[in-house]
Amino acid sequence: MPIRFASKPGLPPHRTKSGCAGGPGLVAYITVGDPDLATTHNIARAAIDAGADVLELGVPFSDPLADGPVIQRASERALRNGTRLHDVLALAAGLRIERPGAGLIIFTYYNPVLRFGLENFCAAAEQAGVDGVLVTDMIVEEAAEYLDALHRHRLAPIFLAAPTSPDARLERIAAVSQGFVYAISRTGITGAQESLTADAEQLVRRLRRFTNLPIAVGFGISSPEHFAAVGEFADAAVVGSALVATIEQAGPKDAPSSVARFIQGLRGGIREPAVPAR
Amino acid sequence: MAAATANRIAGRFGPYGGRYVPETLVAALDELEHAYAEAQADPDFHLKLDSLLRDYAGRPTPLYFASRLTESLGGAKIYLKREDLLHTGAHKINNCLGQALLAVRMGKKRIIAETGAGQHGVATATVCALFGLDCVVYMGEEDMRRQELNVYRMRMLGAEVRPVSSGSRTLKDAINEAMRDWVTNVRTTHYLLGSVLGAHPYPTMVRDFHRVIGREARQQILEKENRLPTAIIACVGGGSNAIGAFYEFIPDKEVRLIGVEAGGRGSALGEHAARFSGGSPGVLQGTYSYVLQDENGQIALTHSVSAGLDYASIGPEHAALHDSVRAEYTSATDAQALDATLRLARTEGIIPALESAHAVAECIRIAPTLNPRDILLVNISGRGDKDMGILARELSLSGA
Ligand SMILES: Cc1ncc(COP(=O)(O)O)c(C=O)c1O
Repeated sequence: MPIRFASKPGLPPHRTKSGCAGGPGLVAYITVGDPDLATTHNIARAAIDAGADVLELGVPFSDPLADGPVIQRASERALRNGTRLHDVLALAAGLRIERPGAGLIIFTYYNPVLRFGLENFCAAAEQAGVDGVLVTDMIVEEAAEYLDALHRHRLAPIFLAAPTSPDARLERIAAVSQGFVYAISRTGITGAQESLTADAEQLVRRLRRFTNLPIAVGFGISSPEHFAAVGEFADAAVVGSALVATIEQAGPKDAPSSVARFIQGLRGGIREPAVPAR
Repeated sequence: MAAATANRIAGRFGPYGGRYVPETLVAALDELEHAYAEAQADPDFHLKLDSLLRDYAGRPTPLYFASRLTESLGGAKIYLKREDLLHTGAHKINNCLGQALLAVRMGKKRIIAETGAGQHGVATATVCALFGLDCVVYMGEEDMRRQELNVYRMRMLGAEVRPVSSGSRTLKDAINEAMRDWVTNVRTTHYLLGSVLGAHPYPTMVRDFHRVIGREARQQILEKENRLPTAIIACVGGGSNAIGAFYEFIPDKEVRLIGVEAGGRGSALGEHAARFSGGSPGVLQGTYSYVLQDENGQIALTHSVSAGLDYASIGPEHAALHDSVRAEYTSATDAQALDATLRLARTEGIIPALESAHAVAECIRIAPTLNPRDILLVNISGRGDKDMGILARELSLSGA
């Protein structure tokens, strides 16, 4: 299943000029198992139906050192519920059948994958119909075996590119990425911010020289204004902590509809303010 | 001489080590690696570091023949390497002086660190005062409570101590928080990591800054006994004092290298920090090594009476030394460490840190099984002043 943005099947996803009509593509991150598996399932469907092109299904981890307080709390709640990598894969398999057009990415730290077994994990992810994998603490230098396993199972490796990555690294990152490249908007952990820094646009411009893949900008995108701004220079925006904060505040019953409203709001329909993330 | 464990590729010890970090940090790790390589090749760097180690920290530290302990155990001859006599009270200052000089070379004016027992935090706060650098130390709330004296010392020295309330509120959680700070402020900040943990180049660099322990000890024991010891014994938290004590002896195959982990209060997951008996290979906080974890790859909670050993992973070079059987790893329980502390205090007038007491406990266990021609060299990585609160409670000492 190809990873496609802005619900335009078959579109060669890169756009070189000024974004695309209808705003950038939307990648929605949710922590699986927060507040519980059944609710995550409903949230995921609601997010796709509201216009998310790609879902990042977050695997909760005990030591999420790249995450801010919002996703840390979500991980803690999910772990308290006993959420395992198995459950994330099972959720993906269900979504693949119910929403065949959505891109599905597993978003995780490396240790749960190692413990599951790299090969077992890739086989199970392929079986579930997962499109790609993003491991937060995997860098290209360490990735030989990892890339091998992903390739054998037709999973797209998605890597992070950072404002601090020099051009030579961006070139390597671009060369091994498939699906899209994830450009981190600023130095820092996940979490909301007031405004986008100049880092993001510069990074996307530098990355463009090395890849025709879509470039998604993430970290700190929490408002329709951010979303529109990203559309000016990138193909897609990743929204994570703002969604997770919405889920946290809405509670299990209202979370799916709140997420849907939030995503529609990003697309510029209803201009409701982002939930402030703490 | 160091060839025995020469890294196969940079930052790897057999299969262990490496760099498993968010992309944002890679440029800073590269910068540190280069700065360190340049400093290594610069005689001026070594002159500066050596003179600080000598005139400021108090090196060389004595190798002391513990005659009363030896006599009372009735077996091997016991020598103590007195890292507890260093300025700030533990081996940690060796590494902090080295990294502070590097931070200055890299033009970084803000230093962050994690601390468990507080000894690394105190040593970091100390070098920051010495070099005029801003200092933020992350410390788990549980550790702040049990090592309160060191919290005062850090604040006295002008450091900001930031409490960490996540997880078990101990060392692992403090490292997570320090890494979050580093990812955010990486352009201006040096992360002064306190053990042979984390992503390359830390395990190699921190080990090199502590090699002086074994280098001195080897020369001292040859001077005193004209032969090498039967075994070197050191406690292993992340593993910096142990690797420092072991490293120069690695090619001396006849010398046993014994690392002592925290056996805590039981063998169930969560009750100890014995990574080799209870853990399995995994990735935690930037490096691939043995990790205490559950069947889903979630990192386990740990327990030790000593905050400095209370950590779910272990330096990757120890993992390689373990697998190659060049070093042996064992554990001492909380109770054995407390007994050992009391015993060393009463026989030699030396109160070791609770961390170091784990090494003393192993010495007490094996010395009687050896004969008087055997020599045990125990690294006393730190002194027990910081632990007086715990000791008073656990040993029912009365106060005013
Ligand atoms: C006195 C002392 N010894 C040992 C340790 C454990 O660290 P490492 O294993 O890196 O020597 C600590 C850590 O806080 C310590 O303070």
